Amino acid sequence: MTNLPPPSAKKLGLVIDLDTCVGCQACVTACKGWNDQGYGAPLSDQNPYGAAPSGTFLNRVHSYEVTPDEGAPQIINFPRSCLHCDNAPCVTVCPTGASYKRAEDGIVLVNESACIGCGLCAWACPYGARELDPAAGVMKKCTLCIDRIYNDTLPEEDRQPACVRTCPTGARHFGDLGNPESAVSQLVAQRGGYDLMPDMGTRPTNKYLPPRPKDARATASPLAPLLDLQATGFAGWLDRLLEKF
Amino acid sequence: MHPAPSVILFTCLSGAGFGLLFWLDAGLARPEGAAALAHFTLAYGLATAGLFASTFHLGNPQRALRAFSQWRTSWLSREGWASVAALAASAPVALSASFGPADQSFAGGPLGLAAALLTALTLLSTAMIYAQLKTIPRWHHWTTPLSFLTFAVTGGAILAGAGLIAALFCLALGVVMTLTFWQGDRRFAASGSNLNLATGLKGQIRPFAPAHTAQNYILTEMIHQVGRKHAQKLRLIALALASLAPAALLLALPTGPISILPAFACHLAGTLIQRWLFFAEAEHVVRHYYGPN
Ligand code: SF4
Ligand code: SF4
Ligand code: SF4
Repeated sequence: MTNLPPPSAKKLGLVIDLDTCVGCQACVTACKGWNDQGYGAPLSDQNPYGAAPSGTFLNRVHSYEVTPDEGAPQIINFPRSCLHCDNAPCVTVCPTGASYKRAEDGIVLVNESACIGCGLCAWACPYGARELDPAAGVMKKCTLCIDRIYNDTLPEEDRQPACVRTCPTGARHFGDLGNPESAVSQLVAQRGGYDLMPDMGTRPTNKYLPPRPKDARATASPLAPLLDLQATGFAGWLDRLLEKF
Repeated sequence: MHPAPSVILFTCLSGAGFGLLFWLDAGLARPEGAAALAHFTLAYGLATAGLFASTFHLGNPQRALRAFSQWRTSWLSREGWASVAALAASAPVALSASFGPADQSFAGGPLGLAAALLTALTLLSTAMIYAQLKTIPRWHHWTTPLSFLTFAVTGGAILAGAGLIAALFCLALGVVMTLTFWQGDRRFAASGSNLNLATGLKGQIRPFAPAHTAQNYILTEMIHQVGRKHAQKLRLIALALASLAPAALLLALPTGPISILPAFACHLAGTLIQRWLFFAEAEHVVRHYYGPN
C-alpha cells in the first residue's frame, strides 16, 4: 500500500557521524556482503572480472574536500544510504504497492515479488538511495538490515545493521529516533544532528552529525618562547660574563 | 535522465493516439463511415502501441497488471486506469460513428464528451508522472503538463484533418515549446538545491574521491550527459519539425492525406526529438553528490 502510514512513534534509523568516519568503505562491503545472502534478491554484479565491472550497492561512501570560510580545508567522508524518510516520495509514486513504509517502525522496504522494476521510485528519491538490480529487475534499497535487527537467532550484539556492526570507528549508530530518550536521539541532540536536503520535504529519519569544530591553529610558532630565552642563575652569570669579551 | 527509447516511443505514440481520440470523441472532427473507422483504428493503434512499448523498460513486465493497484497515490497507476477507461469509453463512440447513421453518432454527445474527458485525463496523468517529481526541477513545473497536452492535441488535430485549426495548434505548440525550453533552463538553479544542502556541510565543497570507480545505476539512469552539447541545435530542429514545418505544410497543401501524412510525419519526428531532449536535459538533484560534472 503506497499510502504513507501516519507517522509511527517508533522510528528506526541510523545516525552517521561525519566527524568520525574515515572513509574506509568497510560499511559498503559489509552491507553488500550481508545483503547478498539475506533479504530478497542478491545484489548482483555485472561483468565483475571484465574491463568495466559494475554492481548494485545499498550504501556508498563519498569523500569531499571542504574548505570552510576560515581555516584549513578538511576531508569529509560521506556515507550515503536510504534515510527511511517519514514523508517518503519513493513510496507514494510506486504504482504497484511494492514500495512501502512500515507502520510499526517506519522502515521503508520493497516487496520484490510485487515490483515491476519501473524505476520511478529511484527517480523520486533525492538521495540516490535506490538502485535497480539489473539481474533481478527489481528495486533494491537499504532494508535497515531488517533480517538482523529482529533476528532472534543471532547473538544480541549482532542484532544491528551490518554496516553499524562493522564500522571500525563507530561512525554509524542504530536506534529509535522516535524516542527522545534513546541513545541515538541524545547523540543527535548533543551534536546538532541534521537532515540532508531539507528543501526536498522528505523528513528523513536518519540524521548526520557535523564534523566537530577543529581547534584554532595558533598563529605564532609554538617555538616562539624559546627564541626569547632569559638565562638566570649560573647560566645568567656565565651569559653576562661571556658578553664582556 | 536516461532517455530510454521505449519511454520516448510510448509518450510520443500514445500521446498522438489519445490526442486523436480526443478530437474524435469530442466531435471536433467528424469523419463518417469508413473514414471514421480508419481514424478510430489509427487512434487505437497508436495509443495501444505506445502503452505496449512502455512495458519494454520494465524489469519485470509480467507483473505489469499490478500497476493498477495504487491509484490513490501513484500517477503511474492512475495513468493505467485512465487509459483503459478512455479506450473502453471510446469504443461505443467509435462503433456508432463508423457503423451507425451519421446523426446518431455518440461523438460530441454526452458519452463522447465523457470519453474525451477520459483521454484528457490519461494525457494529464502521463505528464504528472514527470511533473510530480520534486527531485527533477526541470519537470516539476506546470509547463510539463501544458507541453504534454499541447503536443498530444496538436498531433491529434493533424491526424483528425482539422486543417487550418491544426496549423494554428502547430504554431501554438511552437510557443509552448519555446516557453518550456526557456523556463526549463532556469529551474535547476532556481530550485536552490546544492551540495551544501545535500551534505549539510558548510563552506566550499569539492568532490575528492568518488564513491565508486565503476558505473552504477544512479550514474547511468540519472546523471546521463550524452548529447547535451548539441542541445541547442536539437531544440531548433525539434521546433522546426514539430511546429513550423507541419504548420506550413497544412497551410500550403489542400486538406486531405496529401497534407496530413507529411505534416504528421514531420510533427512526429519533431516530437521524438523534443521528448529525447525532455529526458536528456533533465537534471536530478542526486547529481550534487557527484560534483559539478
Ligand atoms: S532516502 Fe530515498 S529511498 Fe529512502 S525513504 Fe527517503 S526517498 Fe525513499
Ligand atoms: S521500481 Fe518497483 S518499487 Fe519502484 S516504483 Fe516501480 S514497482 Fe514500485
Ligand atoms: S542498514 Fe543494512 S542494508 Fe542498510 S546500509 Fe546498513 S548494512 Fe546496508
